Amino acid sequence: MSVFFGHRGHLVRMAALFGVGVTGFFVLQALFVPKDFGVYGHYRAGALDDNRARPAAFAGRAACVECHSDVPDAAKGGRHETIRCEACHGPLAGHAADPTEKKAVRPDPRVLCARCHAANVARPARFPQVDIAEHAGQEACTACHTAHNPLVPPAAGQPGPAPGGTVPPAETPKGETK
Amino acid sequence: MNEDRRDFLARSGRLLFLTGAAQLAFDAVLRGEPEAAPNYRTTDHWWGMIIDVEKCIGCGNCVRACKEENDVPREPFCFRTWVERYHVDAEDMERPEVDSPNGGYDGFPERYRTGDGSKNFFVPKLCNQCAHSPCVQVCPVGATFESPDGVVLVDKTYCLGCRYCVQACPYGCRFIDPRTETVDKCSLCYHRITKGLTTACCEACPTDARVLADLKNPKDPVHEFLRTHKVQVLKPQMATGSKTYYNGLDGSVR
Repeated sequence: MSVFFGHRGHLVRMAALFGVGVTGFFVLQALFVPKDFGVYGHYRAGALDDNRARPAAFAGRAACVECHSDVPDAAKGGRHETIRCEACHGPLAGHAADPTEKKAVRPDPRVLCARCHAANVARPARFPQVDIAEHAGQEACTACHTAHNPLVPPAAGQPGPAPGGTVPPAETPKGETK
Repeated sequence: MNEDRRDFLARSGRLLFLTGAAQLAFDAVLRGEPEAAPNYRTTDHWWGMIIDVEKCIGCGNCVRACKEENDVPREPFCFRTWVERYHVDAEDMERPEVDSPNGGYDGFPERYRTGDGSKNFFVPKLCNQCAHSPCVQVCPVGATFESPDGVVLVDKTYCLGCRYCVQACPYGCRFIDPRTETVDKCSLCYHRITKGLTTACCEACPTDARVLADLKNPKDPVHEFLRTHKVQVLKPQMATGSKTYYNGLDGSVR
């Protein structure tokens, strides 16, 4: 017992050191942890705004049809009616913001059409697909098909359109999101 | 002077009778510009996605759109979303043959033939936006989190690049950005969906094989879809609370 009390100094010094440590911890925490950390959970609330800050590259169809109102009319009732403009034309938010400075580039139909319509075993069987070389040779797809309303009406006395073309369009139970 | 007083009265009147957000919107309307979604409230939304495997044609539009929209490195191991091609023997779904050349960025060159007793299909993959994310649970610094509106996001300024979350994700949806050595993943285009747009991948999908869903919005057609279709999430046994629902998913898909 006497040994314990005789060394009271040690305890006091240890307690003081501990106190300094704890105080230091809280001071450093106040200095370095952002004020908004932990508002919603174990993360920085400002990170939500950081994630929102990125500019959009795709403008969305609503922005496109503000000027190009003729295209939805042309596509009406066609197989490509529900496809958003930028699915084929690429991201064009820059063009939507400044149509004179940033011009949209017309896609090459031989490349673009093949992306979806080149025959592939893994594609759903009901999706219209063709062997491009056999179907079109060296011809551009747009020589016969209109891009925005692609179904070619069968000529008199001819059988229906190309393979796959006779299949009804894929159902769209979900429709549009916007 | 008179003008100033009128302005002051109009402003204080709006402040009195409208909430702050409504006043912001009202001011934007007065100025004649579209407001940057001042009324977006995280508590009003719960984001997820519906993927209809039967509609995916493997065109790779989503992969290209995502890389463009989110400035994802073009390296073939950096993908926020990618498309897999499955080649499954009809009687042996334990061992599917899966390939994803450059994530489907350049499309899928034909590899298989019809009539060999197999089935072939595409499966788009992305972050499943889990409600109980393993990746969030392992992050030692709070650099990745589930946002109040149900999107798993990354705080790039906080990420140490320790790669714990890359290993924890059961779906392989995370990668290290070689430019910053921090983790990156699908943010469900958080910068778009909070402004009333859909994600870049959904915008670019020509067949509506992927559709953004707001599970808290009673008017969202997602509810009707989930009622009328038999859907599945990936690896349900992991209990991750995935909010990416797959329709027409084959049992061979991992």
